Amino acid sequence: MTKEVFVQGNEACALGAIAAGCRFFAGYPITPSTEIAEIMSKKLPTVGGRFVQMEDEIAAVGAIIGASWGGQKVVTATSGPGFSLMQENIGYAAITETPIVIINMQRGSPSTGQPTRSAQADMMQTRWGSHGDYETISLAPSSVQECFDYTVEAFNLAEKYRCPVFVMADEIVGHMREKITIPDKIDITPRQMPEKCENYLPYDAPENSTTPMPSFASGFNIHVTGLTHDERGYPSTDDPDVHSKLVTRLCNKILKNRSDIAQIDTKYIDDAEIIVLGYGIPSRSALTAVKKARDSGLKVGYIKLGVVWPFAEELLLEYTKNAKRIIVPELNLGQVYLEVDRVLGKNAKVELVSKIGGALITPDEILDKIMEE
Amino acid sequence: MIENEHPHKFIKYLRTERLPHLFCPGCGNGIIFNTLFNAIEMSDVDFENISMVSGIGCSSRIPGYVKCDSLHTTHGRAIAFATGLKMANSKQDVIVVTGDGDATSIGGNHLIHAARRNIDLTVICVNNDIYGMTGGQISPTSPKGSYATTAPYGSTDKPFNIAEVAKAAGASYVAKYTVAQPIQVSNAIKEGLANKGFSLIEVIAQCPTYYGRKNKLKTPKAMIDWFKENTISLKQAEDMTDEELEGKIITGVYINKPRAEFIESLDAISAQNSDITPEDNINKAYMGD
Amino acid sequence: MRTEIRIGGFGGQGILMCGIIIAKAASLYDHKFAVQTQSYGPEARGGASRTEVVISDQEVDYPKVDSPEIFVAMSHEAFLKYVDDVKDGAILITDPDLVDENEIIDIINKKNFKYYTSDATKQAQDTLGLKIVANIVMLGSFVKATGLISEESARKAILESVPPGTEEKNIKAFELGMDVVKKAN
Repeated sequence: MTKEVFVQGNEACALGAIAAGCRFFAGYPITPSTEIAEIMSKKLPTVGGRFVQMEDEIAAVGAIIGASWGGQKVVTATSGPGFSLMQENIGYAAITETPIVIINMQRGSPSTGQPTRSAQADMMQTRWGSHGDYETISLAPSSVQECFDYTVEAFNLAEKYRCPVFVMADEIVGHMREKITIPDKIDITPRQMPEKCENYLPYDAPENSTTPMPSFASGFNIHVTGLTHDERGYPSTDDPDVHSKLVTRLCNKILKNRSDIAQIDTKYIDDAEIIVLGYGIPSRSALTAVKKARDSGLKVGYIKLGVVWPFAEELLLEYTKNAKRIIVPELNLGQVYLEVDRVLGKNAKVELVSKIGGALITPDEILDKIMEE
Repeated sequence: MIENEHPHKFIKYLRTERLPHLFCPGCGNGIIFNTLFNAIEMSDVDFENISMVSGIGCSSRIPGYVKCDSLHTTHGRAIAFATGLKMANSKQDVIVVTGDGDATSIGGNHLIHAARRNIDLTVICVNNDIYGMTGGQISPTSPKGSYATTAPYGSTDKPFNIAEVAKAAGASYVAKYTVAQPIQVSNAIKEGLANKGFSLIEVIAQCPTYYGRKNKLKTPKAMIDWFKENTISLKQAEDMTDEELEGKIITGVYINKPRAEFIESLDAISAQNSDITPEDNINKAYMGD
Repeated sequence: MRTEIRIGGFGGQGILMCGIIIAKAASLYDHKFAVQTQSYGPEARGGASRTEVVISDQEVDYPKVDSPEIFVAMSHEAFLKYVDDVKDGAILITDPDLVDENEIIDIINKKNFKYYTSDATKQAQDTLGLKIVANIVMLGSFVKATGLISEESARKAILESVPPGTEEKNIKAFELGMDVVKKAN
């Protein structure tokens, strides 16, 4: 039966993870995401899952990668300083194509910054925070309902594309309480066990794609390494072609599927001359501002990116083709704005509404920008 | 693949298609392979049930040659990965192979916390007192006064005794031997596999290429002779002064004291809260509901 | 219709629980839309703390409270700290034993507040012998003075939120709060 509950964003993430089939959490306490660890530590033992508080965030991501190869759907949760520590093993998950989900309740930064204040300043770090060329997927919930829905979606995407998937929320969404609806039936993507055969090649993936992933202790006897590896999974660190083929595929399995991965909400864009394009919590301020602008007869539209990375270039070019101005509200000094400008800046003037310090951008601040010119 | 009329009795455990291996001539890792396979054969553990995890360094390449599921992870993090792997499916026997730099320098925190939890892992720490993979830098276990490319005037530090560190942190089985004591090493690994809890077997192994060359012990034989000359038992060490103990390799079983295992303790709590057990959820990621 | 509510007090008074129950009653039982937010961190421990709720007939886009139409003050410090952006003509409910009327009457007059008092803390202590339920007494006063959530929904939300075994005491506290609230201007 469909269930309605009134919960915090952090709790909705935890409920979403369990609903998606996650039975393993490893983490380290950090404000403002700690409630996720607390709730998982309470709930996992009631559903046959296991929880461990690790010694640091490096270990937390190591443990979830280990558990993913052990046959579980896995998650950890953190905020900026912990996210920085996680980057090392995020790169490992990317090159070994390990499905993991990481929830980042972003807070004021850099360094220890503002533990109890909101920010969206890890949006570039989530894209390329580990060293090397790689692509991952980042979702940005703007409501408690989306904390649930996007966490479920993050698990599904992690399985489909075999990569780290990030739920990039923020302190406001994490701590805010709203009613959410938990559907009776949730679409979840199960992992595919490969067929057993002679000369099985665990990394023999088609172009722009990945392969079914076996679990350890299932008789496949595979080798998984963070070194550049061939189709067998064996290290091959000197052959430029092996490296180029592997890394290109790791990126392209995400980039070439960006229109499929995309989650874009649009409102009033058909005749819009100005479009406010946001993600996460400021997009709620944007919607209020856009409605107000429409009330005063202005042709203003609204786009919200549910998935920020990969950046849905083709779809966004299509949705904004008639816009003269695009306004990007962000709780940082301009990060996703740079990508919007790179992709859409040829056809429209791209403008930033930036706010840092912890408070949410208000609808009036966006409205003022709309009214400029 | 190397054809041989009289194949080694342990060749069946190796990924022969990956041979020849990358270890230097005279490396101690060969003895590690032998003692490990010997221990597995002596033990009640089924080879098919073993998963191996390693970090970065020469000895961390060992699992890559073994015909079992093997996770070659990031530098120092093997034990953290192994913690997750074991918790995901605690029916598998998880063996970690790590080195002195991997386990006690960059990964020291993971080592002590896994020992504290007493999670059921068998950790073989191959201690060659130097960073071999990167070309001979000083390690936390390098003896005081020994030379390395980053200690050109000799090390000034008091080295870790890894076995003591693991014991102090809470490991329930700890033993230390040199590669010159292969029977003892095999027995210790066998006991470690049998121990339901965190087991650490420290094996002092020679690195003639870097440690030997830097420290006037250029041949494998010179290094092994040096081990033999300096090896004493825990019993002998009891009556020796700190000065007398400097540079000595103190071998034996440091602790063999089973206590509550981490995952079993967690599952006891689960059992009070739910009818669904973690065993019902093995390979849960593959289930559609 | 969108209504913004702010509840201020000091740490330990159960301000947060009061806000959660209001938002829960509105969204789960009155079938409106509601968002509850709060101040976190050092600010929430000792000194003034606050929780805020937006209730609306339509989906709440912007979730924050910028100019509340309802302000509940359970400490003098919280009143002074959080009154500046409260809307002119807003409903104000104070605990008169904790907020000194003489010092704030000018602000009340200047901002044209519809002023109510509820001696929630004293009632909780004297009538129920349980100071800790002052927040639920204030909740009863809030429901009576504002009519923003239904009495029935408030009761359901209380029962769903309070620790097991304390339901009866809390419902009594709620009813007491409905009785003791007074229009004060």
